[in-house]
Amino acid sequence: MMRAVMYLMAALSVMGLAFWAYQENYATQQAIKDVRRLHAQIGDAHERLGMLRAEWAYLNRPDRLIDLAEINFDRLGLLPLGPEAFGNIESIVYPLPDILPITDPIDIRSVTPGGGEDPL
Amino acid sequence: MIRTPLRPLARILKARERGEDPGAIAAENLRLRHEAIADKSRARAEGRLLVLGAFFAVAFLTIGLRMGTIANSAPEEPRTAATGNPIIGQRADIVDRNGRILATNLETHSLYAQPQHMIDPLRAASELKAIFPELDEERLIKDFTGKRKFVWIRRQLSPEQMQQVHDIGSPALLFGPREMRLYPNGPIASHILGGASYGREDVASAEVIGVAGIERNFDSLLRDPANEGKPLQLSLDLSVQAATEEVLDGGMKLLNAKGAASVLMDIHTGEIIAMASLPDFDPNNRPQVLLTGDQSDSPLFNRAVQGVYELGSTFKIFAVAQAMELGLLNPDTMIDTKGPLTWGRFRIRDSHYLPPSMSATDIIVESSNVGTGRIAMQIGGERQRAFLTSLGLAEATPVELSEAPSGAPLLPKNWSEISTMTISFGHGISDSPLHLAAAYSSLLNGGTRVLPTLLKSDTVQQGARVVRPEVSARARSMLRQVVTRGTASMGDVEGYRVGGKTGTADKPKENGGGYYDDKVIATFASVFPADDPKYVLIVTLDEPSENSGDKPRRTAGWTAVPVAAEMIRRVAPLLGLRPQIEVSDVASVTLTSN
Repeated sequence: MMRAVMYLMAALSVMGLAFWAYQENYATQQAIKDVRRLHAQIGDAHERLGMLRAEWAYLNRPDRLIDLAEINFDRLGLLPLGPEAFGNIESIVYPLPDILPITDPIDIRSVTPGGGEDPL
Repeated sequence: MIRTPLRPLARILKARERGEDPGAIAAENLRLRHEAIADKSRARAEGRLLVLGAFFAVAFLTIGLRMGTIANSAPEEPRTAATGNPIIGQRADIVDRNGRILATNLETHSLYAQPQHMIDPLRAASELKAIFPELDEERLIKDFTGKRKFVWIRRQLSPEQMQQVHDIGSPALLFGPREMRLYPNGPIASHILGGASYGREDVASAEVIGVAGIERNFDSLLRDPANEGKPLQLSLDLSVQAATEEVLDGGMKLLNAKGAASVLMDIHTGEIIAMASLPDFDPNNRPQVLLTGDQSDSPLFNRAVQGVYELGSTFKIFAVAQAMELGLLNPDTMIDTKGPLTWGRFRIRDSHYLPPSMSATDIIVESSNVGTGRIAMQIGGERQRAFLTSLGLAEATPVELSEAPSGAPLLPKNWSEISTMTISFGHGISDSPLHLAAAYSSLLNGGTRVLPTLLKSDTVQQGARVVRPEVSARARSMLRQVVTRGTASMGDVEGYRVGGKTGTADKPKENGGGYYDDKVIATFASVFPADDPKYVLIVTLDEPSENSGDKPRRTAGWTAVPVAAEMIRRVAPLLGLRPQIEVSDVASVTLTSN
């Protein structure tokens, strides 16, 4: 009796393992397919990226930027960077202190004779 | 199995009654039993052998079949082994020190034809000619109507041209994918980058190979798939290079020069930040190599590396620095400068009137040939040669360009006394501007040898000591005085404490026989800031002449110096150097007094 149960269990486990191996096999093949598709996508993206980089570099080539700066000089006023562009820390003014809040406002209108418009 | 007892008393007794020998019966029984046991074990062993044999047969069969299938099937890339990136197989990019692209790849197409599928060869040829005017129509017709089965038409097409060829509608015109090398900045840094071309070609792909410059020098590295497309980072700075070329081009045209070269080098690391040679070319469309005439007239010629010239008075500082290093003089030592200095039939004189006796500093400041010649005589030829070799002026530069070995210096065959004298003021020895930049860096950075490099490096080179740090500081102080009160007065740039030495050398005639009177190489070798040296800049103009005055001025002080000053004014802020107001020269006073 015990032996029969053992045989049954063994047979069941073999079937179970076979089923598991079958599934793993298909899952692996699916994963390989996914990886291949992703590689292709990454390849395309790389190609596009390379193209965009090349285009960016081409549009930002110094010759073109110099020409653009000259054409748009009226609007932008760009000049080559010179030594005079470096500022001195002493030449920056200290921030002006905030105006103190007015605690006892005086109504000027009542003082103005004739009640005319405030000249300020 | 029921065991029969061998000697049961009852059976023995029965056998004795029948007159039989019970011992013999027992022995017979034993024999029969042993035989049965032997039969059984033989059968089992035979069964086992059979199973084992079957197992081996199956195993060998499996391996054999697998080998057969592997041998017969087409090779396939392993899909699951995920080591490395299988996608990036292109030639690597080249970028500048800030990562801006100097060379990259672009997907494009090549055009080829299979004439046997051609329906109307004449129309196809004329349509192609209309799209690509440089094609030879006769030749195309000959190719299309002849026996050829395959004709290359163009190596690269733009997308617009590809569409136009599609519109011809001929089934025999086919496209193959191509990778093309693109230099987006055009002629900027063209001599350094060199250029690329196709190696082995196929319909499906083509090999891109470097043909000159850094592309050729690092060809195998750029093509190595193990790098996974990691870009090659150079020491160049694109903005600085562009500004340098702009200023140099302007200066060359203004001063009517035939050519010009400049080298800007980091004095401590030896990195070349910008290196220009004019006239230049577009590496996207590299011109043909000259087959006849002087190669140095070709735009492909890199004057900064390949062009070896007599660089004139810029060499004087080497003689004076060596004399200071040897303890022969200090900056205030008075030297006899009475001219002319005669040696055999040679006479050395100065280009303008100078007092009969001058201090070593004044010899540099006023650029006295006679004084430097006398100092060189004190040093002697052997020691002079060893010193110039230690500065790298006697062999080709080790810079990473395929052209570098062709820029080997020209040295006198016999280093005689007269050679020693003339070499001290830069005649009789020919070096490239890059040599001069490396030598000035080595001398002025504190006195350790610097090798020029085009690759970005963050570490200061720990080269062999050439001169003591005090000598280096004194040499810088002398060069600073050349700019403040000497021959390079136009070279001062406010805030950057430029120091430098001019050099005007007559050009030797090509077919020997002396020097031209009206053709010079004007050079300004400078260092900035002189008190805390960071960069060395060499500017060389080939046959300049400044024609604003009554007669043309050709000396470096009027030609190379203003160009270099404008270059420093433009480039120093780009390098992040703040202009500083010069404090009085206290440091150099203490130095010169000891």
